[in-house]
Amino acid sequence: MVWLLALAIGALYAGGLYMMLRKTMVKLLIGLAMIGNAANLLIFTSSGIVRSKAPLVPKGAKTVEPPFADPLTQALILTAIVIGFAVLAFALALVRRTYEAVGSGGLEDMTEE
Amino acid sequence: MEPLIAVTAIFALALLAPQTSRLLAHRAGWLLSLLPFGLFAWMASLSPAVNADPPKWNQPWVPEIGLNLAFRLDGLALLFGLLITGIGGLVLVYAGEYMKGDPRAGRLLSFLLFFMGSMLGVVLADNLILLFVFWELTSVSSFLLIGFNSDEEGSRRGAIQALVVTGGGGLALLAGLVWMGQAAQTYEISNLPSLAGHPAYAGLFALVAIGCFTKSAQFPFHFWLPNAMKAPTPVSAYLHSATMVKAGVYLLARLSPTLGGTQIWEVTLTAVGGATMVVGGGLALIQYDLKRILAYTTVAALGTLVLALGIGGEKAAGAAMAFLLAHALYKGALFLVAGAVDHGTGTRDIRALSGLARQMPITGFAALLAGLSMLGVAPMGFLAKEMAFEAALSSPLAAVQAGALSLAAVAFAWVAFVVGWRIFRGTPSQPDAHEGSPGLWLGPMVLGLLGVGLGCAPAWLEGFVGSAAANSVMPDYQGHWSLWHGFNLALGLGVGCIVLGLVGARASERAVAWGAERKAVVGCERAYDAAIAGANRLAETFTSLVQSGRLRVYLQTTIGTTLVLLAAAMLRWTPDFPNRPFDVRPHEVLLLIAMLAGVIGAAHSKSRLSAVVILGVVGFGVALTYVLLGAPDLAMTQIAVEILTVILFVLTFIHLPKFQRASTLPTRLGDAAVATVFGAAMGFLCLVASEQRYGEPVSAYFVENSYPLAHGRNIVNVILVDFRGLDTMGEITVLALAGLGVVALWSAKRSGGGASTR
Amino acid sequence: MVGQAVGRWRIYSVILASVARAMLPLLLVFSLFLLWRGHNEPGGGFTGGLVAAAGFALYAMAFQPRSVRRVIRVDLRTLMGAGLLCAAAAGVIGMAQNKPFMTGVWISWQGPEGIAVEIGTPFLFDVGVYLVVFSVTLSIILSKAEER
Repeated sequence: MVWLLALAIGALYAGGLYMMLRKTMVKLLIGLAMIGNAANLLIFTSSGIVRSKAPLVPKGAKTVEPPFADPLTQALILTAIVIGFAVLAFALALVRRTYEAVGSGGLEDMTEE
Repeated sequence: MEPLIAVTAIFALALLAPQTSRLLAHRAGWLLSLLPFGLFAWMASLSPAVNADPPKWNQPWVPEIGLNLAFRLDGLALLFGLLITGIGGLVLVYAGEYMKGDPRAGRLLSFLLFFMGSMLGVVLADNLILLFVFWELTSVSSFLLIGFNSDEEGSRRGAIQALVVTGGGGLALLAGLVWMGQAAQTYEISNLPSLAGHPAYAGLFALVAIGCFTKSAQFPFHFWLPNAMKAPTPVSAYLHSATMVKAGVYLLARLSPTLGGTQIWEVTLTAVGGATMVVGGGLALIQYDLKRILAYTTVAALGTLVLALGIGGEKAAGAAMAFLLAHALYKGALFLVAGAVDHGTGTRDIRALSGLARQMPITGFAALLAGLSMLGVAPMGFLAKEMAFEAALSSPLAAVQAGALSLAAVAFAWVAFVVGWRIFRGTPSQPDAHEGSPGLWLGPMVLGLLGVGLGCAPAWLEGFVGSAAANSVMPDYQGHWSLWHGFNLALGLGVGCIVLGLVGARASERAVAWGAERKAVVGCERAYDAAIAGANRLAETFTSLVQSGRLRVYLQTTIGTTLVLLAAAMLRWTPDFPNRPFDVRPHEVLLLIAMLAGVIGAAHSKSRLSAVVILGVVGFGVALTYVLLGAPDLAMTQIAVEILTVILFVLTFIHLPKFQRASTLPTRLGDAAVATVFGAAMGFLCLVASEQRYGEPVSAYFVENSYPLAHGRNIVNVILVDFRGLDTMGEITVLALAGLGVVALWSAKRSGGGASTR
Repeated sequence: MVGQAVGRWRIYSVILASVARAMLPLLLVFSLFLLWRGHNEPGGGFTGGLVAAAGFALYAMAFQPRSVRRVIRVDLRTLMGAGLLCAAAAGVIGMAQNKPFMTGVWISWQGPEGIAVEIGTPFLFDVGVYLVVFSVTLSIILSKAEER
């Protein structure tokens, strides 16, 4: 599974970066979202992966028997997902304002010469 | 913790000052001055205790780094504390009247109080770091005060210059104080041993000295003080008679038992103080602006104090304290007189001022008293000068020190004659000149009278604060303060200097005329300007080098650097992941193919809508991955966020730019190559990282205690709301702020500038 | 987009409107369910808040954003503040018992037939998270939707 995840993460990073290198502001945002997903997956994978065993203590037990997925990384990523959404919304608002001010969706038009 | 309460109370009052000023207009200063006068009385009442055994207060703050809220009221602190609160109170009254009708009066009073609290903190602090904190606060508040007339170019320049010079010195001082604390094994000032023989002595003395010299406007850093005269006059009176510039002198005096008594100390302080006296005294004679004259004599007086501290020994310690007090009183009075004259006539040019005594009799009398003290005839000034000459004459460097003192004394006499006498005599040249309200002459009058009166009772003064203050500088001080020491060389020198000064003052007009032709900017200031310009050029060059303003360049730099660092780290060892079993199930492969297709599709899509939908598909793929790998919480959150993201994009499409396909094929291929390399590197990193374990996972504790301690079976949730609740608290705060930011940014135009969600 | 007036609000699609109207209460109940069981099963304030916001976002797409504000009644910024306050209060309650900030305090209730209910400050904290996430997300969506 880790091989597949490595492929997926690599693809998301590559796709995200490619999108960010384009000249359109909306593509930049899509690339940003992709790289966010990639980073979350990378953190998730680096804590070690376990198939379909959630970190839930079963009824009647005091603790959960290994192997189980690392709960700490999940907690970290959970907040990262929500914050990522807020960041994306903020970037979207910025792009929209810039578009209004500059009148163009091209990133190159925004640099001052 | 009375000192802490006192300082805090002044800061609190600073916050209230604007309201007070709005309510009471120009009378606000009278009310606000009650606090400093109260503190003055409190400190004065402690005088017997200070003379017996200086009271101390100590409250741990950050004990790990030796930072405590430690305060001490010894003789030196008492002397300074009385000057700060006493003159401070008078200045508040004066400032309120001086700014009458100006809407910024409240701000000025507030800044003055802010400064007063900081300065009081400096002299009461008994911890090196705490002292430094207050020290920097005085720099900040004096910046606000000097630049008070922020719409004037010169005022801004003066403020920035003062901040750069004293702030730069502050950096050196911080290093010196920390070094000193390390060398002495304590940050408690009252416990500092003598470091004279310490191997690091020369280094830390140099750093501390730079801090003190910049603050006290010693040559070659003296130029900022006259430029700070752009401040409103009450500010100049306060900052440059008793407080801000005396902070450096205070610290030198405070640290004399620790750092003094060495040859380096004596030579450095004599040389710097002497040079400052000559430069300041000389330049004072050729100025025509009343305030600049006073500023340069202040520079000379500060040099005198540094020199006296450099001489060392009992006589010098006593002389320094006596002169400190005398100077604070007469210089404070003269600055306030200058302000009153400016207020009454509209000019401070001594060439245009004469015969003011008839129109401004009270101010004139106060100026006369202060002038006599400056001249060294009125008791307080006489006492101080006698003691200084005696100390200088009995030291090994007598020729240099007494010589410098004589030159300064001549300059003081000259200026005292011009400022305290000449502009008030003769035929009136300003028909509109008039006396100000009581608030404007009360301050100079009180200070002038004290300058005469205190000197008449030297024994009482010595017992009240003088001896104790000198004792802080020179432990086991046994000196004796008296007016009459018999006919000796010191008396002769003093009289000689007065005569020379008064005779020289006849040439005042020619000197001023000569000075007015010279360019204002002289050597040291030119070096300062060059340094500032150089720093700006360096910053500009560097900025234009690294800040292209193009996202592409930034991204390429960031990614390139990451790749290089990654490669450097990877080359060091051979990872063992190739040995891992290639354990893959069919549905996982399907998921991967879907995600890969999504990524490629998004990169190729020509319309915004399709790109966003594909982004959603990829997001769902990620969510499914979480499901497969035991993270249901993540999966649910991810799905909800994906839905919301798509909704967000769709809702805003009409306001967003359409795709452009401006890049050429080679560019796109190049970008694709870079992206592929980067993706490959990150995938590789993922493989390596997934099997590195450098220690026990932290989560073991959470897993073990989730149910027994935190009553929760969902460990992820327990971590979020219990174990690491404080982090989550921070995160939702950030989230709320981001939300408000988006709403504000989004609706700024709709509602005409303000954020509104109704 | 051409809308037609139905009742008080302009709507854009009848199907979407009826789906949204039916889904809103369902999603809200579901989000509260997620919030409540979050401490023991998958769910919690973050997820719950997002689901509730998604429900209203759907509603905003079907009807006008203004209608959503009318349904909620409370200013979303007030909800944000209330959420932060809940979370802070959950932290302070422990201090009242002379424990460090954020220490969990629990009370349990033993009902008949072995039903036991436990409730503690972490739940209050989660409610705070729910409110903040919900109000932030929804106000972002609404502020953008209202621009049309």
